Amino acid sequence: MKKKTPQPPKWATRFLTTYCRPELLEDLQGDLNEYFDRNLRNRGAFIARLIYIIDVLKFLRSYVVRRPSVTNPFNNTFMLSSYIKTSGRSILRSRLFSGINIIGLAVSMSIGLLVIAILSDLFSYDSTLKNKDRIYRVVSNLEWPAHQPMKLASTSWKGGTLIHEEVPAVESMTILRNNFGGDARTGDNTVPVKGFYADNGFFDVFGFPFISGVPSTALKQPHSLVLTQVTAQKLFGQADPIGKTVTFDSTLYTVTGVLQDLPKLSHLHFEALASLSSINTSNTTTDGGYMDWNNCFSNYVYVLLKKNSKPSSFTTALGKINTRENDPAANSKVLLSSQPLKDIPMGSRMANEIGAVFPLALVYVIAGLALVILLSACFNYTNLSIARSLRRSREVGIRKVMGANRSQVVGQFIVESIILSLISLVCAFFIFLVLRGQFLSFHEFLQSAFSLQLTPRVILYFISLAMAVGIIAGVLPAIFYAKINAIQVLKNASSLKVFRHVSFRKALVVVQYTLSLIFITTTVIGYNQYKGFIRFDLGFKTENILNIRLQGNKDEVLAGKLAGLPAVNGISRSLMVSSLGSFYGTDMKYNNPADSAGVAQNFVDGNYLQLHQYSFLAGHNFTASPKNAPETEIIVNEQLIRRFNIGKGNPQKAIGERVSIDNKKLTIVGVLRDFHYGTLDSKIDPTAIRYSVSPNGYLNVKLNMANLPATMTSIATFWKELDKVHPLDAKFYDAQIEEAYSQYAVMLKVIGFIALMAICISSLGLFGMVIYTMEKRVKEVSIRKVLGASEGLLVYLLSRSFLFLLMIAALIALPLTWLFFDRVILPRFVYHQPIGFGEMLIGLFFVGGIAFIMIGIQTLKIVRANPARILKNE
Amino acid sequence: MKGTHLGEFEELVLLTIASLLDNAYSVAICDELTKHADRTVKLGVVHAVLNRLEEKGLVKSELGEATATRGGKRKRFYLITGAGKASLIRSKAIRDELWQKIPNFTLNRI
Repeated sequence: MKKKTPQPPKWATRFLTTYCRPELLEDLQGDLNEYFDRNLRNRGAFIARLIYIIDVLKFLRSYVVRRPSVTNPFNNTFMLSSYIKTSGRSILRSRLFSGINIIGLAVSMSIGLLVIAILSDLFSYDSTLKNKDRIYRVVSNLEWPAHQPMKLASTSWKGGTLIHEEVPAVESMTILRNNFGGDARTGDNTVPVKGFYADNGFFDVFGFPFISGVPSTALKQPHSLVLTQVTAQKLFGQADPIGKTVTFDSTLYTVTGVLQDLPKLSHLHFEALASLSSINTSNTTTDGGYMDWNNCFSNYVYVLLKKNSKPSSFTTALGKINTRENDPAANSKVLLSSQPLKDIPMGSRMANEIGAVFPLALVYVIAGLALVILLSACFNYTNLSIARSLRRSREVGIRKVMGANRSQVVGQFIVESIILSLISLVCAFFIFLVLRGQFLSFHEFLQSAFSLQLTPRVILYFISLAMAVGIIAGVLPAIFYAKINAIQVLKNASSLKVFRHVSFRKALVVVQYTLSLIFITTTVIGYNQYKGFIRFDLGFKTENILNIRLQGNKDEVLAGKLAGLPAVNGISRSLMVSSLGSFYGTDMKYNNPADSAGVAQNFVDGNYLQLHQYSFLAGHNFTASPKNAPETEIIVNEQLIRRFNIGKGNPQKAIGERVSIDNKKLTIVGVLRDFHYGTLDSKIDPTAIRYSVSPNGYLNVKLNMANLPATMTSIATFWKELDKVHPLDAKFYDAQIEEAYSQYAVMLKVIGFIALMAICISSLGLFGMVIYTMEKRVKEVSIRKVLGASEGLLVYLLSRSFLFLLMIAALIALPLTWLFFDRVILPRFVYHQPIGFGEMLIGLFFVGGIAFIMIGIQTLKIVRANPARILKNE
Repeated sequence: MKGTHLGEFEELVLLTIASLLDNAYSVAICDELTKHADRTVKLGVVHAVLNRLEEKGLVKSELGEATATRGGKRKRFYLITGAGKASLIRSKAIRDELWQKIPNFTLNRI
């Protein structure tokens, strides 16, 4: 056989074709070929190729290079309206396709919107401050032997003073000190108020606007007080607060100013500021003297740098102060450094943080996750659009025949995908509104830290996101269609090569389904476990018991009034509410003085055990004793007698034994069946119940649930009469237990939503494959039908391969999920329910059902079609 | 306009086109020049000159028939136009006139 003759390098030819004017191209190419042949003969293939490449490069001259074609700029504008019109028609024509795409894009876009709103909030923290770019916070790094260095958001008072005195770049400085606050009293009005001590530089640095008062002197004098507007109204109503006095404990403060309320997105939050000079600095605190260099735990220092001063010079100045002030002989070292104001909300984690902080890594993770979700949705759109190419390529062919050029076809499809993604944006927006509410209710912290308001800027971001999604999703189909050869398509559309990597696509579908199955099964199992937690038999009854926190008030008055209510079936008193995760422990000893062990305890009155229906294994309830009688009795659980081997672990024999606790000798009068003092993730520990006539923690009120609103109203009225300052804090025990596990509920919600999204995305991926395969095989199906295949058989034939993919996904996902729960999650909970076989399959049925319906509808459509109509075109 | 003024190389190329009669296409012109002028002539340069001559209207060109030798690409044949002939004659006339002014021009051995 003849050896293939060497050819000129293809890429060089292609390069020439791209830059050369069409009218010159043929001649040049011919010349190059001629030379190439000649060189090939005389000098060998390598040299010939080299010369060819060099010549191609040398032809790159001004007269050879193509001029960019100048088209009428108005042309595109005119075409745009046509694009929009035809896109609208095409979206309406294939409703199923558009609907599915819109849902898919909307679900993933809603996450994008949420992330945008979150990021926008984070970046607009403190953005209303006038000098925000020049404000720096001084933070400390505490180094001490045998400890990790500790980053503190707080600084020493002395550090602040030194900076103000010595650093020339500092225009003004302020020191804040926390722990100002308490119950503020004005005449007969008492309001709890929280805030800071601050010096007068505060207003120079932050420039918070005043409503009344003089900023330059407001915090100069000792015992001056500046209130925010809301606090002023709470204290004084509509009256002018300036000059009035407010009492905290026994100290009298004079109001010297009222500030406008702080914006929500501020890292500082306070209701009142007291002048720093009110503090008597000659006293000492638990951390040492106020003015000690190392006392860096309660003060925050902010500086305003002068205009045009460099932050680096400030850093250098801080370094100098550090070296001078740190005693080399001292145990611990405090190193000051500066942090720009805008870095505070997303800065690194520091102890003693003054407000909410979101670690930057978390921000990246959230944004990355949203990006992945969005991209996979875009990918699905691309997939689906190309999968439909068999239908749409004819349209493109005709467009091209009518004179559309590539860029116009690209424009057409990009506009179509942008319109689709803008429609998705509208849907996504509604999902976002729901998500926002859910997100904020996940945790009080989120509610206080984010507003997620819809500002014009955020809306603009939303629209840009939709446009970007439209362009990213539409660009590949657009290029694909633009490349279509009109003649080929019009002659025979099925000759198009659409999906090259079919096995890769199948693998992708399997991966997507595996993930969806993992998420949804996790949700189902997690939900069952969570339900199990809140319905768990704790060893006592919690139904219809309302726990009222006394908040320091005397129980007798309230209990007396409540007992008069017809709906109240019983009242008991306890120091704390158990089974919610809080723990109150002490040490106990039995006969052996060297053997002491920690036990959990609770103080209750005589009604408590009965009201909660604890079950006694032996012995009896406490015998009633007067209020000030010494404590003599104790009731314990099984674990405790087993731990100390009291009566050889036999409850009957344990009665009458004496244990010592808190230096008291107490007699065991009862043994309770083990009950859950802690949450279900901890084992049942040795627990003791001790007697107190009024433990002054909670009132446990057993209610008759009939006519609950009226009962609650009366309880609220009684509380108002008792305590005018603090709002009533009464919660049903069951609700409290639910609250104790609320973090899991939040996690479930998040995972559930991810599952929903994963299902949407993977369903779309599968759908694209199905549509493509069906369109490919429509003729085959028709022929089979003509030859006598039954419908059922055809549906089975067509859906077989997809169901196979689903099976693979299930075989990977379900064992993985089971292992994950069995080995990783559930061992953390000492008391949990077994994983049911049924709950493993619920998710599979759900996902499989959706896939089956999707495949079924598509296959049936083809199978039901009249074969004569499909085959006659051949 | 620079008009019909001919540069040295342009003149050579134009002359070659005229001398090659019906077979004046880029590669042939190149070869011919290499043979007669005894200097290496690059294809790119010839193309540039051909392009310029055509712009000046001194030559015209048309595509020939496809042949197998050039990878199926057609040759572009150049023909000298009337203006081209005129400018060649004019430049020869100028030279002749100048030559005649030199009474005794021989290469003396040094």
